[in-house]
Amino acid sequence: MSSLQDSRYILEANNIRKDFNVKVKNNKIVAEEKILKAVDNINLKIKPGETLGLVGESGCGKTTTAKLLLGLYKPTEGKIICEGTDITAFKRKQLKAFRKKAQMIFQDPYESLNPRFKIKDVLIEPLIIHKIGSNYKEQLKIAEDILEEVGLKPAQTYLERYPHEMSGGQRQRVAIARALILNPSLLIADEPVSMLDVSIRAGILSLLRKMIKERNLAAICISHDLSLIRYISDYTAVMYLGKIVEIAPTEQLIKKRFHPYTEALLEAVPNPDPDFKISLQNIKGEAPNPVDKPNGCSFHPRCVKCMEICKKEQPQQVEIEKGHFVLCHLHKNKNS
Amino acid sequence: MKLLELNNVSIDYKTIEGNIRAVDKICLSIEDGEILGLVGESGCGKTTLIKSIIGLLPQNGTVAEGEIFFENENLLKLTKDEMRKKRWKDISMITQSAMNSLNPVYKISWQIVEAIQAHKEISKEDAYKRAEELFELVGLEKGRLNDYPHQYSGGMKQRAIIAMALALNPKIIIADEPTTALDVIVQSQILERINKLLENYQGSMILVTHDMSVIAQTCTKVAVMYGGKIVEYGEVNQVFKEPNHPYTMGLKNAFPSLVGEKNDLISIPGIPPNLLNEIKGCRFKDRCPFSIEKCSQENPKKTNIEEGFFYCHREEEREKLRVLASKQETWLQENIKE
Repeated sequence: MSSLQDSRYILEANNIRKDFNVKVKNNKIVAEEKILKAVDNINLKIKPGETLGLVGESGCGKTTTAKLLLGLYKPTEGKIICEGTDITAFKRKQLKAFRKKAQMIFQDPYESLNPRFKIKDVLIEPLIIHKIGSNYKEQLKIAEDILEEVGLKPAQTYLERYPHEMSGGQRQRVAIARALILNPSLLIADEPVSMLDVSIRAGILSLLRKMIKERNLAAICISHDLSLIRYISDYTAVMYLGKIVEIAPTEQLIKKRFHPYTEALLEAVPNPDPDFKISLQNIKGEAPNPVDKPNGCSFHPRCVKCMEICKKEQPQQVEIEKGHFVLCHLHKNKNS
Repeated sequence: MKLLELNNVSIDYKTIEGNIRAVDKICLSIEDGEILGLVGESGCGKTTLIKSIIGLLPQNGTVAEGEIFFENENLLKLTKDEMRKKRWKDISMITQSAMNSLNPVYKISWQIVEAIQAHKEISKEDAYKRAEELFELVGLEKGRLNDYPHQYSGGMKQRAIIAMALALNPKIIIADEPTTALDVIVQSQILERINKLLENYQGSMILVTHDMSVIAQTCTKVAVMYGGKIVEYGEVNQVFKEPNHPYTMGLKNAFPSLVGEKNDLISIPGIPPNLLNEIKGCRFKDRCPFSIEKCSQENPKKTNIEEGFFYCHREEEREKLRVLASKQETWLQENIKE
């Protein structure tokens, strides 16, 4: 199924794993070396114009996955294929060319823009690095165009500003403009609205969605809030301790979910309606330290539907409905 | 009985660029057993308002006018020492970055015992017993009392902070964004815990947040703040079902929901007003799709409704505006006059 020639996908990740060596002090004088499996056998595929949402609690490996896909980490195992070539084998020069194609939007617009750069410098820097535009005037024009595209009109009034002269929402728009200015084919947004006020979140989300569709980008959006993911992504993958436990088209996942962890995540989102009170019934306690993952299914100590088999054996991924994969002992493949 | 009453409270900040009136003539009251949600965007004066209640305004901030009554006693007239005695015992606070408000070099147990002993003649052993009770109350293991803050996860630290706020059975707890930095699952665990505590506990609470859904889950009353003023106040059910102020209508649209069909999210265009300049008329007029001539000339009058009030010039047409406000076209930038 996986071939280097599969051109329908911009990005394919095949069985990627990332281990970190960490030192753990367990009341001993000498720290013990342990392996932390931050990302554990993940498979992802993204088509152009499609957005994949990654949800999960902090520490479940969402951001590590994003960094692997962008080539910022080298995977311990597995292949990441972007437009036909394996990026894990890239040397520096190839990586630079790859980074032009793969861009990222960060969580905090208050920290991701250099406070001493004017907006025009923020936008022109990537153009200079990748030698786009023959002269400064041309580059300035590109910057103006992109600013207008992300809704900062008229662009002239923003070019000369410093980040501190802008609101959080405007800054995040600049960050989006900076990510798009190189015409990437892959865009990863790591919690793009979690630092913003609720009244402007919707605007940023719909801008991102519009840009992804118009420019036919393959996109990944990371968040811990499923209600936000719903508004931006076509597919949603739920991560728990380094594994994807459920993946499906977003609306299908919200209407009909199979994994108890997805159930808990959905329950936990507070609703802006006083008639629907939250009640957490499908989860106990807190996520364990990823260094000491439980045996068997790593969710079993928190799962209310835990069975004997869950404590011993790791579940295998099954396709429960078309395009809907679950990693849980409760569900067996219908075909087998 | 009115537990806390704010009467025409205005708060000024002195800055290099001039005076900023962060809170402007606010009247609000909280009764026994009530949970009031205070909602608004960043910079609208929520935190300033509650800090004035607890007497912890920063040095450049002063209460320019008005009175704050707590059990019929004007808090602003109290000396520093008298106020210090009230804090924690009668009015306690859960601060915004509760994760960072624990002292990293002391054990949690020590920090709770110290707080109790500072306000109460009590032996160390009894104070420790109280700390154990509190831990049970907020759902933490007693055995973890002698840990240091760094051994706790974010959600556990938040619970420890809630335990400390409850230590002396205060009459009112002020919680400033108690769950903002937490994951959804931990957030709902904490909110559930707060709900349960308040059921058995006869105190009141003010919950400050920018998240309308958190308010829907916990509060009985809600006050919506915008640009230093309370623009709408009422019962939670009423405000969520039939918002009367255009700003509340806009806020409601901006919330993603998992229940029911997917509606379009609509954001409110523009940014909040700069409070350095004096604002004539309604403060929301620049972002309001329904603003008329009158809005930029006169301050809107208070309209009293059942159990609440709101400030808007077009109060008569509110039913019509409510319908319009739920449509995306209404909130486009072009429809709003600069």
